[in-house]
Amino acid sequence: MSTDVIDRLVGIDEGDPVFALRVQRPDAKRNAQASYDALFASDALEHVGRPERLAIAYWAVALAQSVVAPHYRDLLAAESPQTLAALDAALPGAVTTGPYGDYPDGPLSVENQQGLHWQAPPELVAAVGVRLAAALEHTHLLTYRPRDASADALQALLDAGWDTTGIVTLSQLVSFLNFQLRVVAGLTVLKGELR
Amino acid sequence: MSDSTATGEQVVRHDFDVPNVFTQAQLGWEAWLEPLPIDELTERHYDGLVDKGRANSPYFRLLVRDPDILGARTRTDNDIFYNEKGGLPRAQRELSAAAASRTNGCLFCASVHSRFASQKSKRPDDVQRLLDAGTSAPQSDPQWRATIDASVALTKTPGEFGAEHVRQLREAGLDDLAIADVIHGAAFFNWANRLMLSLGEPTPPATPAG
Repeated sequence: MSTDVIDRLVGIDEGDPVFALRVQRPDAKRNAQASYDALFASDALEHVGRPERLAIAYWAVALAQSVVAPHYRDLLAAESPQTLAALDAALPGAVTTGPYGDYPDGPLSVENQQGLHWQAPPELVAAVGVRLAAALEHTHLLTYRPRDASADALQALLDAGWDTTGIVTLSQLVSFLNFQLRVVAGLTVLKGELR
Repeated sequence: MSDSTATGEQVVRHDFDVPNVFTQAQLGWEAWLEPLPIDELTERHYDGLVDKGRANSPYFRLLVRDPDILGARTRTDNDIFYNEKGGLPRAQRELSAAAASRTNGCLFCASVHSRFASQKSKRPDDVQRLLDAGTSAPQSDPQWRATIDASVALTKTPGEFGAEHVRQLREAGLDDLAIADVIHGAAFFNWANRLMLSLGEPTPPATPAG
């Protein structure tokens, strides 16, 4: 089995038709893996630590109800089972469907869609701390209602102890996972249709 | 995972009127956080920027604060959208990006990629209908219909992409590589939309649309 994480998550072996398709976009394949490595095997952890990265990653894919959730769940379980337990306890109150949110006032306001504005419950904040709880709220925002993102949402992260570089990494983490889980979802369906 | 104290950093607030309609006009974009100053860019940063000219963009100079993920992301992007060895026609790759952006509500990304879709297809009216009336607006071309439907399904959370979307794409005449390109195009914009939406906001077009 390939060491390429997307191949592993879809269940693609060398020789499979989907493997041959991915090989035809070699830079995309190589750099999807390089993106995963940059986020989860980084040597620059001073702005965002590894336990934080894994907690945010698991939360993002669990909210999206993705088939890749067990992969990140296992990584987090090995790093911080207490955080995993706290996230699993909070998950049922956070899961919804998206995308929803508001547009800037104007003709698009008729397309505004209401939905959950999730805040970390006190038990979760007590378990993971103010800084990570703020990142989990931001992850919920970016997962379900990205068009509601705002300067105020970033200020909330700064106020909770995040710095500018850390927020860039946090944004890339959540955004990358929203890419990866969709590639896996799409290729999994395509694989089933090629047989 | 200990709590850190706040650094006292403040977001950058702007006082322009943000665009409030989907448009093919050329919008700008301003960050809510400080981009890295040009004179602080090192070789590692330039490697992350991939294209040196991107040092002029506040978006890329903000993202380059984490250069490794930016570099990998840019190289992923380039292969998905610009590798013309077979697969999905360029116009429809841009259409997948525009449809994902229209669904998530990213006015900036939708402006860039609807413009590219129009340029590549020479069908600006079909593209404009997607912007004005949404992803469910009529499209007479079965490949466009299938590309939009698949991109929207993949963009929803949780995803609604299923075997019926693969079959619809195939019946419209797309081969397996083209179908994989639709998947990657839409998936990639679920990455791009979230960065553009969350780190800053679009500025008004320099000249009115149309």
